[in-house]
Amino acid sequence: MTALEKINNPPHGRLDATALYDWDYLVQEDRAHRLIYTDPAIFEAEMTHIFGGTWTYLAHESEIPNDNDFITRRLGLRPLIIVRDGAGKIRALYNRCTHRGTTLCRWDKGNAKSFQCPYHGWNFLNTGKLRGVPWPDGYAEDMRDPKYNLAQVPRVESYRGFLFGTLNLDALPLTEHLGPISKLIDEWLDRNPGGKVVVCEANRFRFKGNWKLAYDNSCDGYHVAYSHRSLLETENRFAGENAKGMAYYRNSPDTLAMYMRYTGHGNHFKDKRPNLEQRPGGLWALESAHPGMEHYEAEFLRRYGERAFALLDLAGSEPVNINVFPNFSLLGNHIQVFEPLSVAETNAIWYGTMVVDDGTLGAEATTDINALRMRTQEGFPNFGEVDDIANFEQIQRGLMAVEDEWVYMHRGLGIPDRVQRHDDGTITAPATDEAFMREHFKEWKRLMKNPQNLAIAREP
Amino acid sequence: MSAPAATADPSRSSYYVNDALYRELIADFTGWQDDARAVTDIAERDGFRRLLEREARLLDELRYDDWLALYAPECIYWAPSTPRAGDPRREIAVMFDDRRRLEDRVYRLRTGFAWSQAPASRTVRLISNVEAFTTARTDVRMLRSNFLISEFWDNETRLLTGWAGHRVVRDGDGAGWKITAKQVNLIDCDQCIRNPSIIL
Repeated sequence: MTALEKINNPPHGRLDATALYDWDYLVQEDRAHRLIYTDPAIFEAEMTHIFGGTWTYLAHESEIPNDNDFITRRLGLRPLIIVRDGAGKIRALYNRCTHRGTTLCRWDKGNAKSFQCPYHGWNFLNTGKLRGVPWPDGYAEDMRDPKYNLAQVPRVESYRGFLFGTLNLDALPLTEHLGPISKLIDEWLDRNPGGKVVVCEANRFRFKGNWKLAYDNSCDGYHVAYSHRSLLETENRFAGENAKGMAYYRNSPDTLAMYMRYTGHGNHFKDKRPNLEQRPGGLWALESAHPGMEHYEAEFLRRYGERAFALLDLAGSEPVNINVFPNFSLLGNHIQVFEPLSVAETNAIWYGTMVVDDGTLGAEATTDINALRMRTQEGFPNFGEVDDIANFEQIQRGLMAVEDEWVYMHRGLGIPDRVQRHDDGTITAPATDEAFMREHFKEWKRLMKNPQNLAIAREP
Repeated sequence: MSAPAATADPSRSSYYVNDALYRELIADFTGWQDDARAVTDIAERDGFRRLLEREARLLDELRYDDWLALYAPECIYWAPSTPRAGDPRREIAVMFDDRRRLEDRVYRLRTGFAWSQAPASRTVRLISNVEAFTTARTDVRMLRSNFLISEFWDNETRLLTGWAGHRVVRDGDGAGWKITAKQVNLIDCDQCIRNPSIIL
């Protein structure tokens, strides 16, 4: 059992973030104040109240498949080493030497049993325990005091390979926190052989805007026809009657079977699957043009007959957006992660996923499905995400106009029967509704308003 | 989708991107920068240097049709997401286009609704350190060059830099060369990049 150290939150000498603003004024039912996107003090408070205060996505288990594998990531602004230690236990170590604060590891990934500080040579096991320091006889005290072991995120839990961490001792267990949205995550995984995927590099973006601009977009069905107009036109330039990709957004998207659902704790999803033909190949039929698709389709039909369509669907982009507040989205076949860097700078990383053979595919089909699946996954980041990000940056610029204070998120609000509240507490609304945003800002406000019971852990 | 592979127009359908193509691509872009295979003939090297300089100029001037004409009908444009370029069948690329998707890329930029390029970036490309290497096939050369793209966009100028590998094949008439594959290796290909929306 690790030792817990309660965090004096906020740090000594600073105003408590809970008293920083009148949060009910900044976030109202129908609108949010520009300061929540532009004020560095709010950003700083978010780095404990949100990133630390709730479950934050850290990494996927397939990125550290073997004992002693590590990757470096962040939890808010905290540099972390996510490691699978020699006993197979996954830990999120602070990448910060307990001596003077140097980051211990500067590599993105690797395999190591220990980390030695490049500054004075303090050496730590990948359990976080201090193994030794140069010339210990120069210290009057016993350097085996646990306070010199690396800090680590006290709660790291996996949901079927997705690793989340929180510093909040009062946070619900991860499965309860995910609640109804775990069903969507299950479906997203279970359509793949063996119910699993493996991360295989990424399309990586940075934008000069606040991280919430990305999360506000995650379930937004309203922007698609406009922000992605170049994509919709491009992917349909030869399509004729058989509209491809997200073309269904172009005409009255609210009348279609797709919908959004808020599931609590800031989490929501948009489900576009009801728009599809419910048959093997229904997903593949919607996929726009990508390298190799005609060859592989013909080849699969020749090799596998009718089974070809179910296999081709594995290369198709699953039409869902499954969003776990504050930084995680499953969309298409991607795992998208938002990393805040400063109040006006954010990374948006689209990790690709591939399928693995569970014994039902065979090596040849697995290779070919993934060859197609890589190409379909490159489509949206290249031709869609770039335009969203350009718009996020321009929001950040627009919000520098101080006197014009509000951004509106009231689409759908006040129209009878448009937004439906269910007995289980979830909320559904048409695909272009901003109910998802109104709801995740209630969660944001709850976390910002209230003191958080945060702690770090160290090996004893 | 219609079938016949032999007559398929690569601008409209993608039959040539298959497992054999991937295997050949990986093989051709592995271990090719071999001093023993360096082209020393000054005139031949100068021809390749002029080809790469022309490509840079056409892209700087947004002359995409002329630029596309430098490429063989069946071509690959590949910007790997790792510094040592893994197997593109199991590794997402920053960009990986066949002829059709390359034309998609151009088409999108011309729609007028590509907000990431509205207004369009202004670029100036420096191409340097051009080397050419022979291959096992007498009509195929591999070219290495370093590039430095100065890109002015949204009120600031930034640099995109790296090196490119071009695979070129002698043109039908024997006079010139066509590009069959271009591998663009950004030095920060595995890092987060702001607005990667120009053609590299």
